[in-house]
Amino acid sequence: MLAFRLALRNLLGAGLRTWLNVIVLSFSYVIIIWNKGLLEGWDRQARNDMIKWEMGGGQLWHEAYDPYDPFTLSDSHAMLPLEFMEQAADSLAVPVLITQGTLYPGGRMQPVVIRGIPINQQLLLLPSALMQGDTTVINAMIGTSMAENTGLKEGNYVTLRWRDRNGTFDAAEIRIAGIFETTVPTVDVGQLWLPLEKLREMMMMPGEATMIVCGKDLSGMAVPEGWVYRDLDYLLIDIENIIKSKGAFGMIVWGILLLMAMLAIFDTQVLSIFRRQKEIGTYIALGMTRGGVVKLFTMEGAMNSVLATLIGALYGVPLLSLQAVKGIAIPMKGSDFGIAMAERLYPVYSIALVTGTVLIVLIVTTIVSYIPSRKIAKLNPTEALRGRIQ
Amino acid sequence: MDNETVIKIEGLKKHFRMGAGQFTALNGIDLSFGKGEFTGIIGPSGSGKTTLLNIIGTLDAPSEGHALILGRSVGQLSPPESASLRKTQLGFIFQTYNLFHVYTVFENVEFPLLLQGLDQAKRRKMVLDALEWVGLSDKAASRPAQLSGGESQRVAIARAMVKRPAVVLADEPTANLDAANSHNILQTMVKLNEELRTTFLFATHDEKVIGYVRRKIFLLDGRVARDETIVKN
Repeated sequence: MLAFRLALRNLLGAGLRTWLNVIVLSFSYVIIIWNKGLLEGWDRQARNDMIKWEMGGGQLWHEAYDPYDPFTLSDSHAMLPLEFMEQAADSLAVPVLITQGTLYPGGRMQPVVIRGIPINQQLLLLPSALMQGDTTVINAMIGTSMAENTGLKEGNYVTLRWRDRNGTFDAAEIRIAGIFETTVPTVDVGQLWLPLEKLREMMMMPGEATMIVCGKDLSGMAVPEGWVYRDLDYLLIDIENIIKSKGAFGMIVWGILLLMAMLAIFDTQVLSIFRRQKEIGTYIALGMTRGGVVKLFTMEGAMNSVLATLIGALYGVPLLSLQAVKGIAIPMKGSDFGIAMAERLYPVYSIALVTGTVLIVLIVTTIVSYIPSRKIAKLNPTEALRGRIQ
Repeated sequence: MDNETVIKIEGLKKHFRMGAGQFTALNGIDLSFGKGEFTGIIGPSGSGKTTLLNIIGTLDAPSEGHALILGRSVGQLSPPESASLRKTQLGFIFQTYNLFHVYTVFENVEFPLLLQGLDQAKRRKMVLDALEWVGLSDKAASRPAQLSGGESQRVAIARAMVKRPAVVLADEPTANLDAANSHNILQTMVKLNEELRTTFLFATHDEKVIGYVRRKIFLLDGRVARDETIVKN
């Protein structure tokens, strides 16, 4: 308690020197929390959007389906398992048939992944109802990025070529019945959506699907033969890895910020011990033990982070709260990254994040303050009183 | 004068390592000091005055011989024991005052009492008493930077005296002061010595100080060259 009291008195008495350290340290606090909160918000938003637009509660894949190998598409389809037929009818499960094709917008050749989805599905946010209407034409829908890349607009006709189940090439004019906007590039970039029944007809695969998007998690349930269940942990592993890699970069930034702040503290401590030799000698002469002086100097250093927490809270709480409510405008589209990213990101600042950051900085500051202070334990007080220590 | 011995030194030697050899700062000192003495340890630079004061102040240990302070052998005290002795029984006054610049006068004087863990009300009373002894009650809220040299040294005296120590050790206390301030400081210490019966030991070669002490111990090359007690009328 005495060390705390004296340390506070010494720190506040040191004036500008203290406040410069405290302000630098408070920047580190706020930027670390902001950075982590932004990634946390992005992670949460990306997960939510991908679940709502693409993943559902989990997916049942045909055992041959590999989303990273388009050559598997010709073999990865089968009749919808009977137990899912009924659920599919109730929109609790959404069958999706996937194949490859080529679009010829404006005479150019554009490889696409063709996905058939029931028009009346309501499980996913995909606006499949856009494909309703005139059944004499093949209605399709694409995302805004796809529309931008191909130059297609709503109502345009374009030639689509595909191979049916026998490997025979076929082609037809399709009509872009709707263009949708999404934050999930995996349902947009390079994707062409058709009504499931129409695609089955084109592919000569009646009643078949490549995958079934489930309305709820089916982990632990018996999986039909020839199908593999993929839960959300599996399906979201890519976004998790991407965000982790962004997080690793963020860690480097935090490390640099923390290092700078810690260097300031370390430098101050080393200088303090050099400049305040007479003071240290006087403390000992007045009856403090060397250990007591080490404790006092360590406490002074550590208290920088306590003051930084308070100062950081003064401007950080309103600033970060405002961002959490208003969001941060992202200058590029998520499709540029290839992962789900909204136009505005809403950082998420949890209590665990804030207290964790404060604790980490406090512990590191205390260690950094203690290391140079140990020198005091070896000081000869008579030399210190004369200010002769080098 | 009460002759109760508070400090007893026998065969005291202190060597310092200097390069490959060693320098002997104190070379066989035998002295004793009674309660309430007002003594000057006088000698040129390098005669061992400060070393002797440091050993009596338990800031340093003898190389040979014994130094008993209030019945306790300096060489055998553990660091916490010597810190405890300094905290309660020894007061220090330095040539350069050694005040804490970020503290007020009040806080500087209060510091030794904080180390003793006294409660706030008691501390406050003792600090105000000490400031009154040295005539600085009106400067309690000032910072050391706002004080003159004489005032700063009076604050240092108040800090040394506030805990009512048995012994006050003053190392060249007037070296940085002009004549008027030196006399003022010395008169203050004489008054406190008489009122509180605290033993004062000065390391000095200042003629002004020498004029006030009642016992003069002359050191030369680490030995006691002369020990004179002055009988004043």
